[in-house]
Amino acid sequence: MSRLEAQSPRYGEKAIQGLLALCGVLSVLTTTAIVISLIGPTIGFFKIVPASEFFFTFDWTPQFEPPSFGVLAIVIGTLNVTLWAMLVAIPVGLGSAIYLSEYAPPRVRKTLKPTLEILAGIPTVAIGLFAVSFILPELIQPLWPDGFLGGAQGKPFMALAASLGIGLMVVPIIASLSDDAMSAVPHGLREGAHALGATKAKVATRVVFPAALSGIVASIVLAISRAVGETMIVVLAAGSNPHATFNPVESIQAMTSYIAVTATGDIPTGSTDYKSVFAVGTVLFVMTLAMNVISIRLVRRFREVYD
Amino acid sequence: MPGPEAAAPRNRLAVAGARATTLAMLREQPRGDVVRNAVFAGLLLLAVAIALAGLVALLVQAFAKGSPALSLDLFTNPPSTAFPDKAGFRPAIIGSLELIAGVILIVVPIGIGAALYLEEYADSSRWWNRLIELNIQNLAAVPSIIYGILGLAFIVRGPLDLGFILAAGSMTLALLVLPMVIIAAREAIRAVPDSIRQGSLALGATKWQTIRRQVLPASIPGIATGVILAVSRALGETAPLLLVGATVFITFDPTPFSPDGYSAMPVQIFNYALRPQEEFQTLAFAGIIVMLVVLLAMNSFAIWLRNRYEQRW
Repeated sequence: MSRLEAQSPRYGEKAIQGLLALCGVLSVLTTTAIVISLIGPTIGFFKIVPASEFFFTFDWTPQFEPPSFGVLAIVIGTLNVTLWAMLVAIPVGLGSAIYLSEYAPPRVRKTLKPTLEILAGIPTVAIGLFAVSFILPELIQPLWPDGFLGGAQGKPFMALAASLGIGLMVVPIIASLSDDAMSAVPHGLREGAHALGATKAKVATRVVFPAALSGIVASIVLAISRAVGETMIVVLAAGSNPHATFNPVESIQAMTSYIAVTATGDIPTGSTDYKSVFAVGTVLFVMTLAMNVISIRLVRRFREVYD
Repeated sequence: MPGPEAAAPRNRLAVAGARATTLAMLREQPRGDVVRNAVFAGLLLLAVAIALAGLVALLVQAFAKGSPALSLDLFTNPPSTAFPDKAGFRPAIIGSLELIAGVILIVVPIGIGAALYLEEYADSSRWWNRLIELNIQNLAAVPSIIYGILGLAFIVRGPLDLGFILAAGSMTLALLVLPMVIIAAREAIRAVPDSIRQGSLALGATKWQTIRRQVLPASIPGIATGVILAVSRALGETAPLLLVGATVFITFDPTPFSPDGYSAMPVQIFNYALRPQEEFQTLAFAGIIVMLVVLLAMNSFAIWLRNRYEQRW
């Protein structure tokens, strides 16, 4: 019996396979390194600050004497910015997505989609500066009703300015990914609905939208995760005033901006401040990890249905 | 059975009846539906208009506010706190170029290697390969500031202990964009049809020869597009660099391994933006114009590359 076999053991081939596998493993090592570098100082932090204070109190004043580390103040700061950002970005993003996938002529779609995607490529420091020097003084302050929720006049920073900036940043994420999901819905479903007399709006909202729902939700979850993790826009526009409020016209501090303003350059290793950066980082990492896993699962589900 | 002559009028009658019914049903849509349809389309256009207006306003404002400071001084002069009219971005521009060169050196071999492993070698029914895949997808969405923490704790201090040098910044940014490169490279490799591989293997090429001489050349445009997009992301990142040392106001040209510190374009813009004086604000906007021009050029090149070399098999 003769079989086709390599005439040499081909060690070179195996070495190359090993080398390539090593590159893949490196990505796992990155995650491991993130977890390790977060956990050590976080455990150290909880030896100084009781977990009950960290997780269940609302005062974040690390610079005071005695300091107080109630992380809820900056978690709520982050959620404040995220909430208002999504309130703007979800309708605008989904509207654009439905237009792109159901209404736009092919040529319009071909130019409009990359144009929107430019927004996703603009450095966030530019969007942050835009938020604090244009959105806040030229858009929010003239339009905000006088005295409503404390009024918007005379404030150099506020959550809403950062929210609108972040909204602008995540609109292309929602629009582009939801458009992909809706374009993947088979044409037969649309034609069937049209044949039954449905109008274009009904086909879009009652047939295509539900059929693409898991992909759409995945895009929104990803956008929320981006908003929660965004740093430069909140540093520049939302201020640094830790404050547990959902009021959009207050200045707040987000988790990311605490990390960015505290962990710059010369912070002494081992100080409580240094460790607090890692504790906040852990909270941020766990929050975004949960959302990313949900988003990845949803995308898989919508791929399985129509591939 | 009636003959064809007898059937003809009956057929005509049936067709006429069917046409009349169809027209009666379809000619007039209910008024409510027509209105709702138009309102819905209008709302969609409004959404698109809001997104585009945001983009246009951002670009116009940057050009309006930054153009007074646009001059060659921006590229040749170091930053200055005392003389904003003479201040520029020279060390930051050089720093960014060196950072990006480092990112490319790290990301291209590792990114392509990982993508080749996952597409060509890995058996995706094995749990460890699925773990690598899930892991890469997740890493692509981890906030950039977390990479900054990783860089601070693992590269600048801790195990690698390189200190606040430019190379540490490069490594941090490389880890940040590596998942993007891997995902793009995988898609490019997957787009090469299996028949190419089978043909090569049938002619006696080894697996690596097949990859090296058939799969890689065919997927290079796609990979290059992914690398350019990843590099433009790295170029615009500020947050992680703040944590790994690119904060100092330096007036000399940075070098990759010098412990004297380094700067980068977005960090310098951030520094100027934090100063309340009008002149520094103008400088920050001028810096943004420079970055936007570079990034738009890179993105357009990536799109052109993708369209130009897109292979239809």
